[in-house]
Amino acid sequence: MEIDPFIFRLSIFILSIFIGYYVVWSVTPSLHTPLMSVTNAISSVIIVGAIIAALAGSSESIFSTSSIFGFIAIILAAINIFGGFLVTQRMLQMYKKKKDKKK
Amino acid sequence: MISANLSAIFYLVSGILFILALRGLSSPDTSRQGNYFGIAGMIIAIFVTFLSIGNFSTSLVFVIIFLVIGGTIGAFIAFKIPMTAMPELVAGFHSLVGLAAVFVAIAAFLNPEVFNLGAVGQIKLASLIEMSIGAAVGAITFSGSIIAFLKLRGIMSGSPIIFSGQHLLNLILGIGIFVLIFYLCKTQSANIFWTVVMISFLVGVLLIIPIGGADMPVVISMLNSYSGWAAAGIGFTLENTALIITGALVGSSGAILSYIMCKAMNRSFFSVILGGFGADNSADDKKEKKDQKPVKSGNAEDAAFLMKNASSVIIVPGYGMAVAQAQHALREMVDKLKKNDIKVTYAIHPVAGRMPGHMNVLLAEANVPYDEVFELEDINNDFANSDVAFVIGANDVTNPVAKTDPKSPIFGMPVLDVEKCKSVLFVKRSLSPGYAGIDNELFYKDNTLMLFADAKKMTEDIVKNLD
Repeated sequence: MEIDPFIFRLSIFILSIFIGYYVVWSVTPSLHTPLMSVTNAISSVIIVGAIIAALAGSSESIFSTSSIFGFIAIILAAINIFGGFLVTQRMLQMYKKKKDKKK
Repeated sequence: MISANLSAIFYLVSGILFILALRGLSSPDTSRQGNYFGIAGMIIAIFVTFLSIGNFSTSLVFVIIFLVIGGTIGAFIAFKIPMTAMPELVAGFHSLVGLAAVFVAIAAFLNPEVFNLGAVGQIKLASLIEMSIGAAVGAITFSGSIIAFLKLRGIMSGSPIIFSGQHLLNLILGIGIFVLIFYLCKTQSANIFWTVVMISFLVGVLLIIPIGGADMPVVISMLNSYSGWAAAGIGFTLENTALIITGALVGSSGAILSYIMCKAMNRSFFSVILGGFGADNSADDKKEKKDQKPVKSGNAEDAAFLMKNASSVIIVPGYGMAVAQAQHALREMVDKLKKNDIKVTYAIHPVAGRMPGHMNVLLAEANVPYDEVFELEDINNDFANSDVAFVIGANDVTNPVAKTDPKSPIFGMPVLDVEKCKSVLFVKRSLSPGYAGIDNELFYKDNTLMLFADAKKMTEDIVKNLD
């Protein structure tokens, strides 16, 4: 009997929860705010679904109902991706050690 | 056009890069590199999606235009946002992830062929369940985050909104969503799908309105978690590994942060969800007590004198400091103290800010080196050996009542042992209680000197007096 591909995806999902659990516990508490902004950015990888939906239109009708939802989702996700990674970068730049403090 | 197998492998690579991005945050040294891993993972995921579709028609031009529009807005926000506004920003970003998840689910429902999910009216059962769960969680994340955003921004009052039958209503709506998804699977009816989305939007609002301002750190973390589960739900629908991995990572990350925040306030997750905390229920008997007990108050000169003669000072910052924008003045003060060979450290309570780690970012912004900043459990024993504790903008997190009075609403909450210091300087505008609505016993201790003033002004005055 063949295994349903869903089971494989479920396995990936559950193993990733465990990875997430251990990785996040090792994040230092002082970086919890950047952690939130970066998780925000990476969860916007949902943009792949938006791109598939947006590109579904034929060349005659680029904007069907479903592709419009895709296009809007692209904007939303893109705000998040750029905003999330850049604001994380901006925060991380500020964390400095004692030595290079006086600049 | 690349094969489905090859693109699946690339999606796996981008998932791994996302794991490394989080892993990098285990120390500030590796964190910047981690962020680059995250960016690389995102670029790979987006490019592979373009390549796997292989449709380079006019649509692609529009996709890129929309990407650039969104990217520009995002970049603009990222550079403009003040660090004090991070909680609102993160809440706002969560709402976008939620809404994007809803829209992708809608697009998949309307046009299942492009996603290989069957035809309209004959969507595969598993996909239908996955996309409706993704849409429902996404919708809850969206509207919940909007409410959190409005509360944090101060547009909506931070006090909890409670009405009778609230929890029963939420329960009924929650069960209703499941029943509707069940019927959706039987009938494939678009109307039921739309109803599920609408009810979920409503549930998001109802879930967050009863939660008070003091519990916002938990709420933000919780919505962080939801946005992850929404992404994972969509990941299952699209059969996309990168999304499934990311969703699981973000979901567990948000859950852990919620847990840490709850523990830092000694509140159970369940009681936070039920809400109502922070409503002033014991305001009357507090007032009586206040009038009777004497407090010692001083001015900037006294404070400067005390600190100049100390050999070690611990700064206890709270959100009030950030509101008063006193962090730069504070660092100036610390610099002066250090010049006099006084050892200065910072003690941060996990819920000192409005979101996890918020205070650390604010101090980092004021150029405070991160190796002078300590977490509660690392520094709490040092108070007994220190001369001066300088409490600025913090309140409830220093309240000794949490250790002594089992009747207090914050009893059992881990607090900073500030009162063990030889003397305590407490900068505060008035004697009013903090967010939890409880009087702070620390005000009335013999070794406490209250400095009644705006945090920024007081700090600046102390700086002048240190010369």
